[in-house]
Amino acid sequence: MADLKSWKELPCGAIIEDMKAVLDNKTGAWRSMRPVWSEEKCINCLVCWVYCPEASIKVEDGKMTGIDLDYCKGCGICAAVCPKKVHAIDMVKEEK
Amino acid sequence: MILAKTGNEAMAYAMKQINPDVVAAYPITPSTEIVQIFSNYVHDGLVDTEFVAVESEHSAMAACIGSAASGCRTMTATASQGLALMHEMLFIAGGLRLPIVVPIASRSLSSPLNIHADHSDSLASRDSGWMQFFCETVEEGYDSLIMAVKMAEKCSLPAIVSIDGFILSHCMERIEALDEQKVRDWLGPYKPNWNLLDLDRPILVGPATLQDYYYEFKRSQIEGMRTALPKVQEVMADFEKTFGRGYGVLEEYRCEDAEAVALLMGSASGDMRQAVDRLREQGGKVGMVKLRVFRPLPHELLRKTLTRFKTVAVLDRADSVNSFVGPLYNEVAASLYGAENQPELLSYVFGLGGKEFSPDDAARILEGALAGRKDETVTYVGVR
Repeated sequence: MADLKSWKELPCGAIIEDMKAVLDNKTGAWRSMRPVWSEEKCINCLVCWVYCPEASIKVEDGKMTGIDLDYCKGCGICAAVCPKKVHAIDMVKEEK
Repeated sequence: MILAKTGNEAMAYAMKQINPDVVAAYPITPSTEIVQIFSNYVHDGLVDTEFVAVESEHSAMAACIGSAASGCRTMTATASQGLALMHEMLFIAGGLRLPIVVPIASRSLSSPLNIHADHSDSLASRDSGWMQFFCETVEEGYDSLIMAVKMAEKCSLPAIVSIDGFILSHCMERIEALDEQKVRDWLGPYKPNWNLLDLDRPILVGPATLQDYYYEFKRSQIEGMRTALPKVQEVMADFEKTFGRGYGVLEEYRCEDAEAVALLMGSASGDMRQAVDRLREQGGKVGMVKLRVFRPLPHELLRKTLTRFKTVAVLDRADSVNSFVGPLYNEVAASLYGAENQPELLSYVFGLGGKEFSPDDAARILEGALAGRKDETVTYVGVR
């Protein structure tokens, strides 16, 4: 606790500039449902990339390469916005 | 330029001159006309504003927060139930220190339903971290709205500017409108401290802070409000220097040798002014202290000013339903506690739901204050 800042050192409006703090917080641990992506079915329309609130859709050179499970909270928005005919993402229950 | 404007028209006119980047709003009586008239300015191309018609006041304030967080000069207008529906979002704008500016046409809160003036709406929002300004006349509302933009940006605090519903919002008064270009030059461009859309400086807005940092962030926000008063005064002085119209945090009217004064906010100050004149003619040593700034509360100035008098009648156009006294009285009493030469403080609640409050009512309060202590803890003026 010793390295916590005093109120006088905090930025106005509670903004966070240190993105490391954001990256260190692996919110994927909160997940109860996990997205399972099928590379074969995926047409790389990247609609899931647009909608993902956690920037967990990994893309390289315009193509989806996977889902970053360190930060994916399992909200299922990617599966919901994936075109019906494509159906490249399934939500499955997380098991220990 | 001399114009005849209702309060709502004058507030909309001020918004036109301010030319905000974004206005997101939802209509509600008695402030509807402010955005209705402003939307005409948008349609006619007289402003550069992006106008967002939303589906509720909660959404209006949410859109304003998104806009302000993206570095835009942002305004809306509302009243009563609308401000109440924004309540959750008001705290978020306060905590994020976003300088959103909102004219409100102050109106009572349901139930029972009533559309007329009192200060229940803004005073119920007093702990949300917003600056609050109360106005006596249409011109004061117009000037205060323009000043509030500069104050909000200087202090990184959102601001409410209150004109009393119907009494000011719908009544026409003479105003001396300021030169539009001069207003825009005086305000200058908005330079936000940060901007969510600045890709060169990525930031996280609205983080979760638990037991480790929430308290510290709140303490920092409190300091923002505590240190706002001198900045508010600087803007008032700068406004006076530029436009020739001066306002204080509070105004003393004929207080020089006064023994008893009335302290109040809003349009009823006009009635009190007349009552003071009438009693002065009869030799009564009375005066009025009109409080213009409720947040940041000028507690030191209140203490310094009010300890000069023998008796102070505090008039509240709202009641906290706490079975004791009105909200303004509470804050004035707290400001005076422990002071030497404390005046006798009398509590009056008046004008709820637009109940008529006349110069006669005001004169009776002053006469009572001259006479000294009264039997009741609170006097409910004009209630049957």
